[in-house]
Amino acid sequence: MSGFSFLEFLQQIINGLTLGSIYALIAIGYTMVYGIIGMINFAHGEIYMIGAYVGLMVITGLGLFGVHSITAILLVTLAISILVTGSYGWTVERLAYRPLRGSPRLVPLISAIGVSIFLQNYVQIGQGARDVSMQPVLTGGWRFGPEGGFQVYVSYMQVLIAVITVAFMSGLTLFIGRSRMGRACRACSEDRGMANLLGIDTDRVIALTFVLGAALAAVAGVLVSMYYGLVNPFIGFIAGLKAFTAAVLGGIGSIPGAMLGGVVLGLAESFASAYLQTEYKDVVAFALLILVLLVRPTGLLGRPDVEKV
Amino acid sequence: MPRALSDALLAAALTAVLLTPIFGLHIRVDGVNVSLNRTPMPVIVAVVIVFLLRLFQQPLQRLWAKLRAPASWRENALTAALGQTVQQPRYRLALWLLLLAAAMIWPFTASRGAVDVMTLALIYVMLGLGLNIVVGFAGLLVLGYAAFYAVGAYTYAYLAQQYGLSFWWGLPLAGGLAALTGFLLGLPVLRLRGDYLAIVTLGFGEITRLLLNNLNSLTGGPDGIGNIPRPTLFGLEFNRVASEDGTAFHEFFGLDYSGNHGVIFMYLLGLALVLATLFVINRLLRMPLGRAWEALREDETACRSLGLNPTVIKLSALTLSAAFAGFAGAFFAARQGYINPESFTFIESAMVLAIVVLGGMGSQLGVMLAAVAITVLPELAREFNEYRMLAFGLVMVLMMMWRPQGLIPASRPPQKLPEHAEATQ
Repeated sequence: MSGFSFLEFLQQIINGLTLGSIYALIAIGYTMVYGIIGMINFAHGEIYMIGAYVGLMVITGLGLFGVHSITAILLVTLAISILVTGSYGWTVERLAYRPLRGSPRLVPLISAIGVSIFLQNYVQIGQGARDVSMQPVLTGGWRFGPEGGFQVYVSYMQVLIAVITVAFMSGLTLFIGRSRMGRACRACSEDRGMANLLGIDTDRVIALTFVLGAALAAVAGVLVSMYYGLVNPFIGFIAGLKAFTAAVLGGIGSIPGAMLGGVVLGLAESFASAYLQTEYKDVVAFALLILVLLVRPTGLLGRPDVEKV
Repeated sequence: MPRALSDALLAAALTAVLLTPIFGLHIRVDGVNVSLNRTPMPVIVAVVIVFLLRLFQQPLQRLWAKLRAPASWRENALTAALGQTVQQPRYRLALWLLLLAAAMIWPFTASRGAVDVMTLALIYVMLGLGLNIVVGFAGLLVLGYAAFYAVGAYTYAYLAQQYGLSFWWGLPLAGGLAALTGFLLGLPVLRLRGDYLAIVTLGFGEITRLLLNNLNSLTGGPDGIGNIPRPTLFGLEFNRVASEDGTAFHEFFGLDYSGNHGVIFMYLLGLALVLATLFVINRLLRMPLGRAWEALREDETACRSLGLNPTVIKLSALTLSAAFAGFAGAFFAARQGYINPESFTFIESAMVLAIVVLGGMGSQLGVMLAAVAITVLPELAREFNEYRMLAFGLVMVLMMMWRPQGLIPASRPPQKLPEHAEATQ
């Protein structure tokens, strides 16, 4: 083997982009919450995991009802998952974070880690700790490259992941940039106290942020359960960690940053598992986090964090 | 009333949406066939309860306010008297001495199993006190404390197995290496806002577990390291038959061999380590360094304006905290005799954090009691083991809401100016 062929390189880019899309979707939830209330929402990974479970259930349910059209499956699954995780996002914020607003920084952080532990074990009790798997819904793909040599493989699912991610990201960008509520969101992340004085219901904006973040996490969850067809109560932990890394990488608080960070992390990980040992792909993600914090703490697109007294 | 009804209906609907996918439906995998089982009962019960509670929220709140004891009565009750007593330095010392005496006499009267469980509890006391430095005093969240614990345990285990190092050499080395790890990890992260430390240590904990599982030549992989020697008492061993050039404890004192000796010795050794930990931490707290930790927690900007270097102070807290985890790890390895990566997962870190949060951040007595409670209670109620982590998570959230200062809040040692200080002004 030549060791380093262009086609293999291309394949890793495709795999990396797929993975990166998922990370980017989850990372947006972290970055938006951090941008507005300056808190790391540790429970976000768990919300994603719940989204993946709901996705798997709805797809299974639809299969039992005899629905086989890919469009129908996708739309119904996304809608139901978003409804459920959105409710979780709202409830968690309402019950575990809102009463703590204005307390010292450590207090909501510990509450968040408590919620994360709680949700993980709660799903484990409800659904069991073992892997749940299903048959892939969408199979097949395209192959490019010479006969007999290394062929680049792009599955339909990978294309679907890319398309859906781009669609939701554009939707979010439009919403934040153009709508009235989006403007309120931006105002809150700029200066929450001032926004409040000017008549913006900041509690509502914060709740909306959690719901939006959770909805995107649900999209990621559904896509992952369709792609890998495997879910267990612990997937949220690592995915949350990686997505947070992506958010920091891109500059925490910045939505385009989270998208970019997710893609960069996905690519890094994909190359690491191709050219290094697979077991060490998580180490690469983490090393990247440390490196970014060392060299550029504000991330790729982040603004410097000005401390106010 | 219509308002209450619509609110209640909304809450009930929300509950249904939240609970149905988790408890109402189960995915059953049966070979290639995947099916959904429906179990609507728990969801219906929960929905009805939430609906009723929300519907009658106001009457219930009024009832609660009436039934609740008046504030003055609650303030003056036993708790206040007890609090007063504990505040007095004289009684405080007596209380501590009493506790210590009880802790030292107790193992000779208790069963071997109980002493063994208490030894484990002492390890958690040590871990809790160590984590309390960084979470309670310095106000930084560390979510991968088990990683430092693992570094300590594996350092001693590896050195003992490869170079035949005794526990008494392994202990300081384990602490030192763990401290070094904490220092190196904190160096890049602590220049930034404290929040990043939480996620970096979370990642570090996960990476440590991964490395322990994969660096087979160093850590033995998933099998771990076995045959770790137990500590000796000035060279006296607690085995039935002493090694070639050693002496056994029971031979030296002319006693009959009993397994209890070793167990009680481990317990007392643990107690000594806890006391040493307490002593060091309490001395540090009264030094400028310890004062700086707490000052930093309260207001970083003010600290900086007074000329304190926040990075150095945070780094010292993390390094020390890691060192204590390293000591606890070495002791744990010596007690178990074998270690594997399963003992150092995120659950372990979460448990130690729960101990600190439950006991009261910054309160040492609280942390110690919480550590004992959290180790001993699961032993008493094993059938609830499944719900243990669930309860920890819930407790963390509820404590943050109702009593962020913990069950036994930390009390500041009062610092008063001497009487004549005012006169000389």
